[in-house]
Order: sequence, then C-alpha cells, then structure tokens
Amino acid sequence: MLTFAPVCDRDAPIARTNPIAKLFAVVAVSTTALLAADWLTPLLLLAALAVATPFSGVRLGPLTRRLRWLWFAGATVAVVNTVFAAEKTGAELLSFGPLEITADALVDGMALGLRVCVAATAGVLGFATTDPTDLADALTQQLRTSPRFTIGSLAAMRLLPLLSAEWQQITTARRARGMEGGRNPLRRARLFASTMFTLLVGAMRRAGRLAAAMDARGFDSGARRTHARIQRMRPADWLFSACAAAVSAAAVVVSVAYGTFRLLV
Amino acid sequence: MISVRFRGFTWRHAGRRSPAVSDVDLRIEPGERVLLLGPSGSGKSTLLAALAGLLTTDSGDQRGQVLLDGTDAADRRGAAGILFQDPETQLVMARSGDDVAFGLENQAVPTEAIWPRVRHAIETVGFPYPLDHPTHALSGGEQQRLALAGVLARRPGLILLDEPTSNIDPEGADAIRRGLKAALADTSATMVIVEHRISEIIDLIDRVIALDPGGGLLADGPPETVFAAHGPTLADQGVWVPGIPLPTRPGHGAGRPCLRGDRLTKTYPGADRPAVRGIDFTARAGEMLAVTGPNGSGKSTLALLAGGLLKPDLGTATVPGEARPLHRLPAQRLATRVGSVFQDPEHQFVTATVRAELAFAPHAAGWDRDRTDARVSELLERLRLGHLAEANPHTLSGGEARRLSVASALAAAPDALLLDEPTFGQDRRTWSELVDLTAAIRDAGTAVMAVTHDRDFAAALADRELALSAGEVDGEASRC
Repeated sequence: MLTFAPVCDRDAPIARTNPIAKLFAVVAVSTTALLAADWLTPLLLLAALAVATPFSGVRLGPLTRRLRWLWFAGATVAVVNTVFAAEKTGAELLSFGPLEITADALVDGMALGLRVCVAATAGVLGFATTDPTDLADALTQQLRTSPRFTIGSLAAMRLLPLLSAEWQQITTARRARGMEGGRNPLRRARLFASTMFTLLVGAMRRAGRLAAAMDARGFDSGARRTHARIQRMRPADWLFSACAAAVSAAAVVVSVAYGTFRLLV
Repeated sequence: MISVRFRGFTWRHAGRRSPAVSDVDLRIEPGERVLLLGPSGSGKSTLLAALAGLLTTDSGDQRGQVLLDGTDAADRRGAAGILFQDPETQLVMARSGDDVAFGLENQAVPTEAIWPRVRHAIETVGFPYPLDHPTHALSGGEQQRLALAGVLARRPGLILLDEPTSNIDPEGADAIRRGLKAALADTSATMVIVEHRISEIIDLIDRVIALDPGGGLLADGPPETVFAAHGPTLADQGVWVPGIPLPTRPGHGAGRPCLRGDRLTKTYPGADRPAVRGIDFTARAGEMLAVTGPNGSGKSTLALLAGGLLKPDLGTATVPGEARPLHRLPAQRLATRVGSVFQDPEHQFVTATVRAELAFAPHAAGWDRDRTDARVSELLERLRLGHLAEANPHTLSGGEARRLSVASALAAAPDALLLDEPTFGQDRRTWSELVDLTAAIRDAGTAVMAVTHDRDFAAALADRELALSAGEVDGEASRC
C-alpha cells in the first residue's frame, strides 16, 4: 500500500535531525545548484550528497527506486540541451545530418542535467527521512504556519492511500455489472472517466465526514492549541544547518577558484 | 455533566424541501444515559449533530433552540464528544497515540498533561497496541475503539454516539461495547446513543426516547415501559426490539448445480499465507449457501473468486454450459452467468436512473429491446422499485439502494447470485425486507451464495453453511 511514512532507519543521524533544519539544507543545496550554470558546482554538491547518504539511514534500493524517474528527467534535460543548444561553439564531436554536437554544448547540457539531479536527490533524501507528522509539527511550531492548513493537509494525506484501494473496488464492482474496457480504447477512456468520477464523489463525501470529525474534536475553534510533540532546534540541528550552508558555499568557492563558475542569468 | 434542552427545534438542511427534524421539545438531565430511537430518516443523526454544535447557519435553517447547560450548542462546539459510524474518517493522525492527543491539543491541554490522559483513555477502551502503532494498519473495530479513546480523553460532559457499531463486524462490535461500558463506568457524563441493536446496549441506558416520523416524540421513558407499550411499533420502524421473534424462510429443496468452485486458491501479493486455499463448493438452484467465518478467514476473497472477479492462483470457478472459467469471461458475458452484490451498493451504480441501471447489463449482453424492456418492468415490479424508475440511484435510501443493487445484479438473468454481507449495518425493517427478497429470488430457482457475519440471516434462509477458518473449509462448523 502507498504510504508517506519515511523509508529509513529512524535512528540514523539525518533521520533524527529536525525537519526545519533538513528543509533549510534542501533549500540551500538546491538553490545553489539551480543558481549555478557551470558543471563543477552541481557535481561537487552531488558528491556531498553522496557522502551524506550513508548518514540518512535510507537503504540504497528504496532510494534508487524513488530517484529513478527524477534522474531520468535530469538526463533528458542534459540530452535536450546538448542536442538543441542555440550556440554550437567548441570542437565538433559528432555530426549526423542536421544533428550536431559540440563540446561546449555538451558541457552546458551536462551542467543543466546535473542541477536537476542535485535538486531531486536532496529533495528525495529530505522526504525519505522525514515523517510527515514531524514535518507538520515543526512547520506549525517553528515556522508558525496555520494549523488549519498544515494539520488539515496532514489529515487529508492520511486518506490518500485509501483511494487506490477504492479504485480497485470500483473497478471490480463494474466488472460485476458487465462494464469493462476490453480492447476498445474509446470504451476504456469512458470507463476510466466514469470510475474517476465515482472515486471523486466518494472522496468528497469522505473529506466532508473527516472535516466534521475534526470540528467535533475542537479543531480550528479559534482557541489556542498546545502541542503534544515538541519540535525545536537542538545544537546538532544548528550544526547540521551550518554544514549544509558551508558545503553549498564551499562548492561555489571551489568552482570560482577553478575558474568555471558562472551565475545563471 | 451537561444538561440538554431542545425547545421547538426544527432543522432543514440547505437544499432540502422538508425538515430533517421538526418541533422537538426535550429535556435531558445531567448524567442521564439516553437511547434515541426512530425509523431511518427521522432525524436522529441531525439531533446529535446539533448537540455537537456541528449545524452551522450556512448548512441549513434552524427554528427553536438547542441548549447545553442553558447556552446555545453552536457556541459550545467541542463541549460534547461525538463518535460517528464510519471509523475510517474519524482518525486524523498517522500514529495511534497522536490521534488521541489531537483532541487534547485543540483543547489547549498542557503538553505534560496530554500523554497521561492519552494512556488512560487508551487503556480504558482496551486498545491493544502501543502508542506509535500506525492507524492505517488497524481493523475497522480497532479504529473505532481508538476514535472512542479520542472522544473520552477530552473528558466531555456530554458523550454522543451515532450508531457506533453498525459498520463493524460482530467481534469488533463486542470489543467496542466492552470499551464503552468501561468508559461510562469511569465518568458521570450525560450520554445520548443512537443504535438499532438495542439488546446489546440496554444495560448502558436508563431512558429511551423514540422520535415520531411525523414530528415530535412517539415515546419517552424507562426502557421496560417504552418497549412494553410500543415494542411492535418500534420493531416495524426498524428497531431490533428484544423478544420479538425474527421471520424464517426455509427453502424447498435444492435443484441442479448452478455454480461450482474447484480447489480455489489465492495468495495476495506480499501476503505470507494464502487468503483461501483449496476450497470446493457447489451452489444449487433453489437454495442458499451461507459462507461464514471470522474476519480474515477468506470469505470476501472467496466471493470475488466465485463471482469471476479475481483470478485464482489455482483452481477454477465455473458455471454449467460455459467452457471457460468465470474469471476469463468478458464482463458483458459474466453478468449473464453470475451476479455479484457488494457491501457498498454505490460502487456498482453506473448510470443516471434506476431504469437505465436495470437495462444496463441486458443491453451490454446484446439482448434485443423488447426482451430488455420486459425484464426491466418485471424487476421494477418484483423489487418494488416501480415508483423510483426515473430516480437517480445515488439519491435512494439505504434500503432502496440495496434493493436496486440486487435487482441490477439479477438483470441479465444469471443462474447464480452472490451477496457480500447483504445485511451489514441494516435496521430491522430493511433486514426483514432483505430476507423476504432473498427468499423470493432463491425460490424462483436461482442459486444464492451469501457471505455473511449475520447468524440470524444465515439461520433464516440457508440450507447449507460453508464455514471458513484461516482460508480453509472448517469441516466441524459447516453444514453441507
């Protein structure tokens, strides 16, 4: 079943880090990668993420599965930007009819693809090591987001996995009624639309009932709330945030020293 | 302890023509334990929602007053604790303890006081898991007990229970009632409960209030007095009044086999043991075969396999005159061979009117127009849906929707009908209707196979019983 529970060893150092510290680290690393237009900065950041991975407690299998499509997207960005680069300068590496790949275009394309990979990897590591409940607690307590929005989203997320089970039930019930897509694409499309409609009607009703249950338990009554679980920054969390900032800065400094750094404009 | 007062209370839901409740005058003293009765549609749930402060001015029109300790209930939202029917949509958090704590956070209970109160509530209701147990891994009965703990932890002065066990299987329902009993012994709160199955909860209450479907009250007093004076009337309205015998409809002997299962075996992906293993059965014309067994014994899986809706790993489900096993038939053809009725009728509705719903399967099976029309008229009459022919299936009452789901499964004239928990959560009136309906279908020569937890339903209709235990036939308990 689809769930949003973290897929890591809960006692790993990064898993135990405060969610806001992790959020800061993900934002710092991703922003640095996205602002840099050279190839060295994202490559260094990617290396730093690789070093951090063993401390996240995420096993390699689940991590690869989650990253698969995002890295594929990164590779696509690299290929598209290499092949369709506007300025084809540098040594010609390959020429095939209208297709022409030059050294500069290849480097730029790789750089753009790497940036996507850095942002994706940082984000996935952050989410895979963070329990949604802890994140919601940290957002409401440390960043003072509205509990109505934050806790409401959390409650709605709890219901999402039910949708896939319900989809299966509706499909089965329809087969019993003599309704099946078979090989006819038009009929399949109509069946898909009508199943989706039934699913949405059910989801709306369920959301209404959940909202009533939350109201009945005094949620969003305008009164002050207290917190059963306390989230705050401990010294280790400050250290973690400082490390993330330092690594991002170091990547830029090395790239500048090496003479490759370019800011995205 | 909270006192309750309704003064000429009338409520009309926005967009409805007639009021859900009208002219209710009622006083409930602090600490009273009240059972609220009335036929379906008489507004019991509306009264509970009013007490919980959940009826807001933008959701309908109100006349009269609802007062808790003399203050408007809408201004005291959260003073009462309410437990709803559906366990799935009452839990907010991913971990069990956090969910109970949620209500206390909203009440601004200091952090250090929250966890002792959570633990106490969880122990009181007999919740068997640690605080960090994931809520999505709980059964319906366990979820409902956790939701009850969430209500109790807030220490409400008024506890409202809206059919708390009607969506739960019998074993789970017993556990909830035990938890409820322990909880009520622990508090002096006022309580109002809505429930059809009253013999199980009668020792929890000291007063019965019965709503009159025409408005106002039918009866009000101690349980013995009310049931002595109004027992038969209440039973007709759907209440399971103790001591009034249930109907039985024995069969008239079995005919030819209509549906067979041979060594049916199925293991779900990721499961450590088969859901069902090596099950053989035969359903015969003119009889009902009841499939019984505790939760997780494989009853529902067997129903899906028998209905050709799930591919078995081994074995086959077949009907005479059809060479292929049922799971390999195209849906249009399957519907002419075996009909399946699910617990949630709404999943099965695929058109916009009752008439179209009945014509759907015959049309898909390629019947000509005259034959389809004749079949639809026959079913409308037999299942007393004639006056609803042009209604939208999603607007039907619970009993009507149930009748329509049976009628539409029968539409393409299959020889076998599968029912999954047909009487689940139904009041006595709908229950009796379903017994009569099933008997009529069976006696017309259809083989009926019913998966059921309901001992009374099986006793009223079944000639044979296939008892399952951990995915296999339990020979001891079966009557074959």
